Amino acid sequence: MLDKPTFTHLPHTPGVGYKPQHFNDIISDAGSVGWLEVHAENYMGDGGRPLAQLRHLAEQFPISVHGVGLSIGGEGALDRDHLARLKHLVDWLNPASFSEHLAWSTHESAFFNDLLPLPYTDATLARVCAHINQVQDLLGRKMLLENPSSYLAFAESTWEEPAFLQEVARRTGCGLLLDVNNVFVSATNLDFSPQGYIDAYPLDLVGEVHLGGHDEDEDDHGKPLLIDSHGREVVDPVWALLDYTLAQSGPLPLLVEWDNDVPDWPTLEAEARRAASALANVTAEVAK
Amino acid sequence: MSNTAKTFAVAGAVAAAMTATLAGSASAQSKEKCYGVSLAGQNDCAAGPGTTCAGTSTVDYQGNAWTLVDAGTCASIELPATADGSARAGSLEALERDLPA
Amino acid sequence: MTTGATPPAAVNQAEFTRAMMDAAITNPKGLRDSQNRPAGRRFNVYRNNVAVSLTEAVLQAFPVVTKLLGEENMKGLAGIFLRAHPPQSPLMMFYGAEFPDFLAQMEQLAHLGYLADVARLEQHMRRAYHAADAAAIDPDALGALTPEELMQTRVDFAPALQLIRSSWPIFDIWRFNMEDGAPIPQAGAQDVLITRPEFDPLPQALPVGGATWITALMGGKTIGEAFEVANQDADTFDLSTTLALLLQGNTLTALHRKD
Repeated sequence: MLDKPTFTHLPHTPGVGYKPQHFNDIISDAGSVGWLEVHAENYMGDGGRPLAQLRHLAEQFPISVHGVGLSIGGEGALDRDHLARLKHLVDWLNPASFSEHLAWSTHESAFFNDLLPLPYTDATLARVCAHINQVQDLLGRKMLLENPSSYLAFAESTWEEPAFLQEVARRTGCGLLLDVNNVFVSATNLDFSPQGYIDAYPLDLVGEVHLGGHDEDEDDHGKPLLIDSHGREVVDPVWALLDYTLAQSGPLPLLVEWDNDVPDWPTLEAEARRAASALANVTAEVAK
Repeated sequence: MSNTAKTFAVAGAVAAAMTATLAGSASAQSKEKCYGVSLAGQNDCAAGPGTTCAGTSTVDYQGNAWTLVDAGTCASIELPATADGSARAGSLEALERDLPA
Repeated sequence: MTTGATPPAAVNQAEFTRAMMDAAITNPKGLRDSQNRPAGRRFNVYRNNVAVSLTEAVLQAFPVVTKLLGEENMKGLAGIFLRAHPPQSPLMMFYGAEFPDFLAQMEQLAHLGYLADVARLEQHMRRAYHAADAAAIDPDALGALTPEELMQTRVDFAPALQLIRSSWPIFDIWRFNMEDGAPIPQAGAQDVLITRPEFDPLPQALPVGGATWITALMGGKTIGEAFEVANQDADTFDLSTTLALLLQGNTLTALHRKD
């Protein structure tokens, strides 16, 4: 295991998705950013710069390892080689948190590099729970499961997403990662109330909140179709939904994701500062 | 070359190589040296750019319908298929097949 | 005919995958919008995400091939490639291992015989970048050996070391595309050594015989035995230059005396 301070949980401060081009900025002055999230798959090489950077960052910051390739919702068995690589990384880094997505990416042996959607049925529920149990047993720790951005619905679904996630957590003991931008994107795309989603969502199980920017397109009928592109600032209605959420949940670790058209550090840090002020507001409310 | 001659040739070459190499093993682990561009291929959890059309052109992925349009730097490199003096079997084989119309 | 509700169409992942990877296939019926109308272009979001993200991965993995062919040509090729060879692992940093062979088999590219080898060079650059760290020996350790001991010594190499042999001038082609003012490549075979002195892979052309010598050392031959093999391959073999490249690249990690 890496010789570094052990962070057992993510702090209630803003974090950002780590991008290698920000390494020097973060090491010299991270500003309001108190923790970092990395995508697990980018640190599954054998050595070189990616792991050297991660080692230095882990000396200073709590790290969240966020998997994007495990295909937890896949119909097939989880990829054993990939599980072994994940265990190696988590054992070495001992991160403050590990999370993955309610989605699938691999079919047979092909990995499609996207978070693909699942029907919310009893069969999906059983499969997702079995896979999460397998991951948690292997890693010897609790993981967080993230709600997806939805662009379409499955006719066969019998569960609402918040209830589905709550049931996964109840059966497996996993925690949840609440992406409020994904809630906003899905709510717009599938015509439901984002506040209603938050009201139905088990906020007591949330270990981390994601924020990100989205793009706008439209469907065949001219209705807005939002796309979770992580390529720009978080929009005001998503900040408002964050405030709405935090007012019910109290302070939580907040993460700003920016993966496409990655901006310079001051721009990203400004987003983190906005998240810090959302946290400050809710802390002030709680203190009243 | 006798064994002795070989030994001296190797010893001489090794000495020359050491002279050419600046001594001092690099410690590759300092933070200052850790910064630099990453080399391709990152995973992330974002969707593609916000258009729904780029992945749907069926023409693109019909291999025999693809045509090479002069655009890159290969136009300024003149190395005929036999430039290596031993044109490889793969190239010859390819030439014998019918190219798509 | 019986009346009553038919169960809603289920969509399995095989069906989803087929339609996602081929826009000529109709969307699975069970994919809907919020008003239970067919998903239509909503499904294209997934088609787009997969095609665009894998295309980008191919272009980023092969920047020199992309410059050689131009971005539009490369995007078209990537669209064919990603459907014929979708990633077999979630590690996007290694995606494209089959791309060099794919290029070699494209009839439309048969006149650019060097392309596949240039792609191989780029593939090996990525391998070097992600290879395990290894501490290099102090070059003085070689100097401490007597000439006879030197002949009997075997070496271990850092995992980052990569060797690509080509009958094309692939190093000059690489440099022509990556360095301002580099000369236009001329015909001729080139062997390329990739080292990683610290974190950045460094490709360099090897002198004649150098690749043979290194290959023999990798196969467990002693410095003396490998020298003999390299001399048979090229009587002008330049051991000194070859070894200097290895030492400067921090590629030697251990010396072993033959028992």
